[in-house]
Amino acid sequence: MNDMTVMDKTVETQNIKIAAKDVNVYYGDSHAIKNVNVEIEDKTVTAFIGPSGCGKSTFLRCLNRMNDTIDICRVKGDILLDGEDIYDKRVDPVQLRAKVGMVFQKPNPFPKSIYDNVAYGPRIHGLAKNKAELDEIVEKSLRRGAIWDEVKDRLDAPGTGLSGGQQQRLCIARAVATEPEVLLMDEPCSALDPIATAQVEELIDELRSQYSVVIVTHSMQQAARVSQKTAFFHLGNLVEFGPTGQIFTNPEDPRTESYITGRIG
Amino acid sequence: MTDLSQTPAAAAPRKHGGSLLEKSSRTRKRNAAETRFKAYGIAAITAGLIMLLVLVTTIVGKGTGAFQQTFVTLNVELLEAKLDKKGNRNIEDIKKVTTFGYAPIIKGAMETAIEELGIETGLKPKELAGILSKDVAAQLRDYVIANPDQIGQTVEFRFLASGRVDGYLKGRVTRDSIENDKNISAEQLDLVDALAAAGVLEKTFNLDFITGADASDARPEAAGIGVSMLGSLFMMLVVLALALPIGVAASIYLEEFAPQNWLTDLIEVNISNLAAVPSIVFGILGLAVFINYMHLPTSAPLVGGLVLTLMTLPTIIISTRASLKSVPPSIRDAALGVGASKMQAVFHHVLPLAAPGILTGTIIGLAQALGETAPLLLIGMVGFIASNAPETLSDGLLAPNSAMPAQIYEWAKRADPAFYERAWGGIIILLLFLVTMNTLAVILRRRFERRW
Repeated sequence: MNDMTVMDKTVETQNIKIAAKDVNVYYGDSHAIKNVNVEIEDKTVTAFIGPSGCGKSTFLRCLNRMNDTIDICRVKGDILLDGEDIYDKRVDPVQLRAKVGMVFQKPNPFPKSIYDNVAYGPRIHGLAKNKAELDEIVEKSLRRGAIWDEVKDRLDAPGTGLSGGQQQRLCIARAVATEPEVLLMDEPCSALDPIATAQVEELIDELRSQYSVVIVTHSMQQAARVSQKTAFFHLGNLVEFGPTGQIFTNPEDPRTESYITGRIG
Repeated sequence: MTDLSQTPAAAAPRKHGGSLLEKSSRTRKRNAAETRFKAYGIAAITAGLIMLLVLVTTIVGKGTGAFQQTFVTLNVELLEAKLDKKGNRNIEDIKKVTTFGYAPIIKGAMETAIEELGIETGLKPKELAGILSKDVAAQLRDYVIANPDQIGQTVEFRFLASGRVDGYLKGRVTRDSIENDKNISAEQLDLVDALAAAGVLEKTFNLDFITGADASDARPEAAGIGVSMLGSLFMMLVVLALALPIGVAASIYLEEFAPQNWLTDLIEVNISNLAAVPSIVFGILGLAVFINYMHLPTSAPLVGGLVLTLMTLPTIIISTRASLKSVPPSIRDAALGVGASKMQAVFHHVLPLAAPGILTGTIIGLAQALGETAPLLLIGMVGFIASNAPETLSDGLLAPNSAMPAQIYEWAKRADPAFYERAWGGIIILLLFLVTMNTLAVILRRRFERRW
C-alpha cells in the first residue's frame, strides 16, 4: 500500500443530491443489499469500493432504476433524488434515467456513427430543435468527454471502430449529452489500459464541476485518486462511508482496514 | 511446499514411462481412437456426398427431358366450309364449332404435308393425326376464335406431338414397348422417323412447361407447371404478409416484454413443440377452421397461405427470438441508460441488429412452406387442374389453384410415364427456387452480420 497516494482533498459541504434510506435489495431469495443508508453530495465524486459480489454495482444500478429490467430484483426502502422518491409509483424510469446518466463497465457504443451515438439521447428527449442545435450538443458533449479532438474529423465513422479507451470516453460523452444531473459509472476503467484509465480519471475529475459522479471501482488506487467521498461495501452492507482521505488513512471499521490493506477481498 | 526439498527429482519413480521419443501403449491407443473417429466422420460425409450426387444426377437426368418437347410444324388450311358455314364471321357462330369440328381440318393438314414431302405410308387419316397431341384441336380453335379473319387462309402452326411420339424421340418409348399400346403403332413410328428426317418434326426447348397450365391425363405433352407456380407465389405472399409481422411481433413481446413466469414458459414450450408438429395436422386445422367454419373457398391459395402461415410461424418465432437473444444486453443497457424507453431501445437498437437473423429465418421458413405438400392435400390444392393463369390479385388468392409441390405429387401419381418425366422436371424447378432462396438467406446473413 506504500505506492498508494492519498491526496488530501478538501471536502466542502455540498447539497445532498441523492439520499438512500434503509435500502434493501433482493434477487429472488438472496438478500443482496442490506439496510444501506448513504447520502451522495452534489458536485462530488463518490466512490463505491468493496470485494466482488459485495453489492456495490447492484446499489449503483438502483440509483437510476436499471434494476427494473431484472424481473426477480426487488428494491425496498427510499432513494431520494433532490428529495423526491425515485421509486414512487408516479416516477417514470425513463425520465429518471435522463436525469441520472450511466456509464457501464464494458464500453458499449451503439454500432452506429460516433455522431449518432452522442445524438441519440438528445434526439429521443427532444433537446435540440434543429440540426444546428444538435450539432452543437454533440460537439459540446464530445468536448466534455475529452474525445472531440480525436474524432472531430470522423464523426461519421462507426463508434465501435474506436479503441477501448476512446469508446469509453465516447460513452461518457453520450451519457452527458442528455444533460444529466448525476453520472453513475460502473467500473468504467476495468476494461481499459493504464493510459486510457488515466485519461478517463482526469475526465471524471473535470466532470465533478458540473455533476454529481458516483463511481464503482475495484481499484482502491483509483478510488483514492478520483473521489472525495468513499463508501466501502462488504457482503451487502455499507460498512463505512466518509471522506476518502479518512477512509484510506484512518478507517474506523476493522473490515475496511483489512480490505484496504489487502487482507480481505 | 516442504516436500519439494525432501524428494530429489532423480529418485522419483518415472510415472510416464520411458523416453519421450517412444510412444507409450496408452498414447498409441488414444491416437488410434482419434484416427478411427476421423475416419468415421470422413466416411459419413462421403456417403452423404455420394447420395447427394446420385440424387442430383437422377433428377437432372430424368427431369431435363421435361424442358424439351416434340413439335410438328404444319400448314393448316382453315376451311371456311367447316369453321364458318354461314360465312358471316359471326364470333358466336364460330364458337359453336366444337373441337370435334376441327378434326377433319387437322387430318387434312397431315395428309397435305405427307403428300408434299412425298412420304409413302399406309396409314389412314385418323392414324396420321394420331401422332399429334389431343391438345391440337383446342389450340387451333383458340386461334380461330381469336383471329376469325384468318378463316379461309392457310396458316403455319407448330403443333405438339403426342406424348408417345415425344417419348419415342426421347427414348422412353421403343418399338418393343408399344406392342400392346393402342395409342401408337409401329407404322406411325415409321411416319415419325420420316417426318423427323424431313425436319417437320423436331424436339425443341419447351417454354410452355415452365409457363403453362396442367393438362388432363390424356395430354401429358401439354402439361406445364406455370400456373401452379403462380399458386405457390400467391401462397408465399400470404405467408410473408402474415407470418413475418405476427411472428416478429410475438417474438419481440416474448423476448423483451413478457414477464418470466410459468405462463410464458408454457407458451415457449408450446411454440417449440408446434415447430415439430406434422404439417398434415396444420392441413386438417386449415380444413376445419378456414374451410368448414369460415367458409373460405376450397383449393384457394389464400387458404393454402393461411395454413402455411400457421406452419411457418413457429419457425419464424424461434429464429427471431434467437437473433434477438444474440444482441448483447449491453446494447439494451446503453439505450436504457441514456433514457430510452424499452420500446425505443428495442425498435431503435435491438431490432435493427437482429434484422439479418430475422430475415434469414423468414426466408428459411418460406422455403420450407414452399416445399410443403401434405397440408395442401387436405384443403384441396392437390389434384385440381387449373387451366388458366389467374389474372387479378383477388383471382390469384381466391380462384382454385395448385402449388408446385402439389403439382409434382399429382404428376408423379398419374399412370402415363410422360407425366413422370414432368414430375422430375417440376422438382428441378422447385429445387432451383429453394436453392435460390437459401442462397439469398446465406448472402443476407454474411452481408449484414455484425460482430461485437
